[in-house]
Amino acid sequence: MSTATTHGHAHDHHDDHHGPAKGLMRWVTTTNHKDIGTLYLVFALVMLFVGGAMALIIRLELFQPGLQFVNPDFFNQMTTMHALIMVFGMIMPAFVGFANWMIPMMIGAPDMALPRLNNWSFWILPFASGILVSTLFMDGGGPAGGWTLYPPLVLQTGNAFPFAIFAVHLLGMSSIMGAINIIVTIMNMRAPGMTLLKMPLFVWTWLITAYLLIGAMPVLAGGVTMLLTDQFFGTSFFSAAGGGDPVLFQHIFWFFGHPEVYIIILPAFGIVSQIIPTFSRKPLFGYDSMVYATASIGFLSYIVWAHHMFTVGMPLAGMMFFMLSTMLIAIPTGVKVFNWLSTMWRGSLTFETPMLFAIGFLFLFTIGGFSGLMLAITPADFQYHDTYFVVAHFHYVLVPGALFGALGGAYYWLPKWTGHMYDETLGKVHFWMSAIFVNVTFFPQHFLGLAGMPRRIPDYATQFADWNMVSSIGAFGFGFAQLLFVYVVIKCVRGGKPATAEVWDNPEGLEWTVPSPAPYHTFDEAPVIK
Amino acid sequence: MAHAPTAGTAAGEPKYYVPHGTTWPIMGSIGLFTLFIGVSILLNGGSGTVVALLGAAVVIVMMFLWFGEVIRESEARYYNGQVDKSFRMGMMWFILSEVMFFAAFFGTLYYARQFSLPWLGGEGSDAVTNAVLWPSFESAWPSNGPEAVGGNFQTMGPWGVPALNTALLLLSGVTITIAHHGLKAGNRAQLNLFLLATVLLGFIFLGFQAYEYIHAYTELNLTLGSGIYGSTFFMLTGFHGLHVTIGAIMLTVIWFRCIRGHFTPDRHFGFEGVAWYWHFVDVVWLGLFIFVYWL
Amino acid sequence: MPHPNPTTPSPAPRRATLASALALPALLLAGLPARADWSLLNMPVGVTPVSREVYDLHMLILWICTIIAVATFGAMAYALVAFRKSKGAVADTNMTHSTAAEIIWTVIPVVILVFMAFQAAPALIRIEDTRNSEMTIKITGYQWKWEYEYLNEGVSLFSSLAADSNAARRKNAGIDPRSVENYLLEVDEPLVVPAGVKIRYLITANDVLHAWWVPDFAVKRDAIPGYVNEGWFQVDEPGIYRGQCAELCGKDHGFMPVVVKVVPKAEFDAWLAARKAPAAVAAAN
Ligand code: HEA
Ligand code: HEA
Ligand code: CUA
Ligand SMILES: [Cu+2]
Repeated sequence: MSTATTHGHAHDHHDDHHGPAKGLMRWVTTTNHKDIGTLYLVFALVMLFVGGAMALIIRLELFQPGLQFVNPDFFNQMTTMHALIMVFGMIMPAFVGFANWMIPMMIGAPDMALPRLNNWSFWILPFASGILVSTLFMDGGGPAGGWTLYPPLVLQTGNAFPFAIFAVHLLGMSSIMGAINIIVTIMNMRAPGMTLLKMPLFVWTWLITAYLLIGAMPVLAGGVTMLLTDQFFGTSFFSAAGGGDPVLFQHIFWFFGHPEVYIIILPAFGIVSQIIPTFSRKPLFGYDSMVYATASIGFLSYIVWAHHMFTVGMPLAGMMFFMLSTMLIAIPTGVKVFNWLSTMWRGSLTFETPMLFAIGFLFLFTIGGFSGLMLAITPADFQYHDTYFVVAHFHYVLVPGALFGALGGAYYWLPKWTGHMYDETLGKVHFWMSAIFVNVTFFPQHFLGLAGMPRRIPDYATQFADWNMVSSIGAFGFGFAQLLFVYVVIKCVRGGKPATAEVWDNPEGLEWTVPSPAPYHTFDEAPVIK
Repeated sequence: MAHAPTAGTAAGEPKYYVPHGTTWPIMGSIGLFTLFIGVSILLNGGSGTVVALLGAAVVIVMMFLWFGEVIRESEARYYNGQVDKSFRMGMMWFILSEVMFFAAFFGTLYYARQFSLPWLGGEGSDAVTNAVLWPSFESAWPSNGPEAVGGNFQTMGPWGVPALNTALLLLSGVTITIAHHGLKAGNRAQLNLFLLATVLLGFIFLGFQAYEYIHAYTELNLTLGSGIYGSTFFMLTGFHGLHVTIGAIMLTVIWFRCIRGHFTPDRHFGFEGVAWYWHFVDVVWLGLFIFVYWL
Repeated sequence: MPHPNPTTPSPAPRRATLASALALPALLLAGLPARADWSLLNMPVGVTPVSREVYDLHMLILWICTIIAVATFGAMAYALVAFRKSKGAVADTNMTHSTAAEIIWTVIPVVILVFMAFQAAPALIRIEDTRNSEMTIKITGYQWKWEYEYLNEGVSLFSSLAADSNAARRKNAGIDPRSVENYLLEVDEPLVVPAGVKIRYLITANDVLHAWWVPDFAVKRDAIPGYVNEGWFQVDEPGIYRGQCAELCGKDHGFMPVVVKVVPKAEFDAWLAARKAPAAVAAAN
């Protein structure tokens, strides 16, 4: 039984509320949303280090001009795998983990709507990632054509090719099943009285994220399937000789890829929208407009994809359309930024670790958004494209954006998950190290890109040496800071000051009405929503 | 493992059923893992047949066990209306994801005909492509590209087998609806008969499609390798055929369940889910008929 | 200011670099490392009408973003200071929405974006206008070199990484890259073009995607096998301009530089004639 006492009501059928099974099989067979959430989160944390180790290999090689550590082909494998692992293995699973843990608790549901499917969504991941990572050890090495998998280059992959393609298929299946589960949970499992416009913003952002997943992932699956048939079955989708076009793959990839970047950032928006009101002691400002802004971002994300392809030689009208539609995204995103700011305005602010990460997010994500807007200006993108300026842009939105969102969320809900307060001092040290080093790592990359350093190169002209060295030092510092995070988490799981049900100062939301740690089963009986 | 749900609070409805523990997913993952590894080895020219078949077998067994358990739970009335709704919504969104999967291929067809072939043939802002690289190529449809990849081929006209297949599928859409009405009216004979008709129509469709493929490969020289025409033709019709196969198998399962007396007039998600899927396959076929065979 | 040769390696000693980098967290607050080459912080102005236009556009949007950033971050910083609980701030829990505010912070960005679009769109139209060019060069990307063909002149040449860079870039070559002039940015044979002439280029690839990029010209266009893209540039000032392949093309993607030697028209004509001569001889054989 362990922690499985259900709060607030007597339960007559004890075995229905039983606790987790014992041992390893508990985790393999679990259908409990909290267990599965934990699995996702732990998996994501492990993958952060796998993908991060690859980033560190990249930064190690780029520390100085000349090739010291790896060969160019292996370098390209690192770039490709780093991105695939971070995107599909780390950040997406991390947010699905949050969704699993928090959405049922936030809407007053007993569990996710489709618990067995939920288990499968997770348990595909380790196998898919295993296949992906194992390609590094195959004849010809892992995929080295960039995470964008552009043909014809990707077709030069060795034995790893079909394995990598199927790994992407599996990762896609996992995401789609997860997304279906989340939509159904939100649409069907809300407690009576929990109307759509009463849902916490995290739930809203995930709802829209899940729609994006269902719209975008199958298209990627179709695209990589065509890569596979071009390679092995003689089709000509991406070959001009047979009437196809390599650029067609880019359209397909980015039709998936652009929604994908919002799939990555929207849950972070949601987490930040939970954290800021709590530590401002004030309700979220402009809730309705936040919902509409999220929905507009979701819609717009489907009609901007070709801004990644300005240099492929599109017709002028196409470039115009994609430039203007891309610029439009600044408007709903601005609405969100200003609403967060207004939430803090006339609040009563305290700066616990989750709030620090949320504030870090606010500043640094916005910087990444500005560079995104610059990239959207087509003539200027002719210069920026495929340089480190782009690398700087997307790491600002991905690392102090999405990853900070996830880290902030982890601190915010750790006491609810474990029943213990984490070490606040270490948390703050972790934040400040992360915030400083992330800038040391990625800010100089703007300079490198503007000065003309292309991305995806293992070696560079000597005038780029200074800032590359700075960036590499930052990367190692940032990596070290994440080790501290692992220590904080382990320490918090092991023990610490007991957390109250509310944890924070009068936070809003159903998750704070159940004890900490949250019982194995929550809301077997639907709560009453005021 | 599964527990009898507690008697519910409201109106005799059981509570939302949350299964405790399941081994099917991990089995499915291992199966898929093995299957894909085997196929990858095969594609690389190695001997992966045994591995692939083993994986496929595990997946199939897993599906039997998993669905079997769900069916038993359903028949034992573990599921309340809300669970039923979850299944329905889940199926809807799954079908939407399938729609998007096909959208990628339809989009490819559109792009090839609207952009890449005209550009290769010298239209639009990429006129130089034709002048510099493919001076003798003229854009047309069907096409296997400037290098006539795969050699001369003939296309599949719409008004022979494809038209017949369209009729078959449309008819099967009608028969499954009649079967559904029978189920709702409690007329099990009507249900069983018309569902059987649907199953048969589905398999006949597949038979014709197999015939058509053989015809294409042996007589028309139309293959997957026939440039962009062959690629899009077989990709779209092939994945559709695969979905018809899955749908027909699901219909067969449902038919056996109906004969065993499963489903009630007001509770038959299994039936409806398959019916939706079948209609989806039907609609995709209409798209194929219009855009692949006809236009 | 134009950069006739923006890629000269910075001469500073290595120890200074290391020191400044190690002290970075502190220095980052105080400013940027003092010894950095400031011209390497920003986009080059370049040497073509297009590059100057792009530079101006870049600076315009950079400044707009900076101003918005200063305003937004200023307000955030103010909030972080003024509304802290430790200073006795009490939350105004009634402040939950304001339609007026929402309208303002929707409309102002719209206005700014419309302004930016009106700057960018005409520039894009001018950049894409390849008419009235005086000569055409066909560029083909290979793994890993460039081929340049002077169309209708019967002259073509291959251009690949210079030998000294190629030696130094091997893993553990034991050659300090800093001792190699224009490390990774030098080729055996550069593309030679006349100054003051509008040159149209047609670009394609032989194997995988590549992209031809010279920052000082602000041109970057993908080389796509089976398709031809076009673009143009016009350089008024003779000089040597360097760039790199800008689309991942395999293991030596980082090692296929672009070097363009712009010479006065007369010199170019002489060069072309000299080039033609051996070709004519070869044809006669
Ligand atoms: C979390 C992920 C994420 C997010 C949120 C974004 C957000 C944005 N991105 Fe980014 N992007 C990536 C991840 C992301 N991007 C990745 C991974 C790549 C590279 C992929 C690859 O090639 O490998 C990329 C590449 C990329 C490109 C292609 C560059 C190139 O290759 O040449 C472009 C071009 O338009 C672009 C634009 C934008 C824009 C306009 C936004 C906007 O959404 C930003 C909007 C936000 C703001 C503008 C700030 C806040 C707004 C205000 C304060 C209001 C007032 C502001 C104004 C009026 C200016 N991105
Ligand atoms: C969510 C996504 C995400 C995240 C979190 C990151 C995180 C990081 N990224 Fe990544 N990156 C991408 C997504 C992401 N990246 C993408 C999409 C690309 C484009 C790929 C392409 O071009 O195809 C890219 C490309 C990319 C490049 C360009 C490569 C190139 O063009 O050749 C670089 C270079 O600096 C880089 C660096 C980093 C660094 C230093 C981090 C750091 O934040 C990482 C922090 C490090 C750690 C957390 C690891 C800590 C580990 C240890 C301390 C010890 C490890 C030891 C053992 C395991 C034993 N990334
Ligand atoms: Cu050629 Cu990169
Ligand atoms: Cu994008």
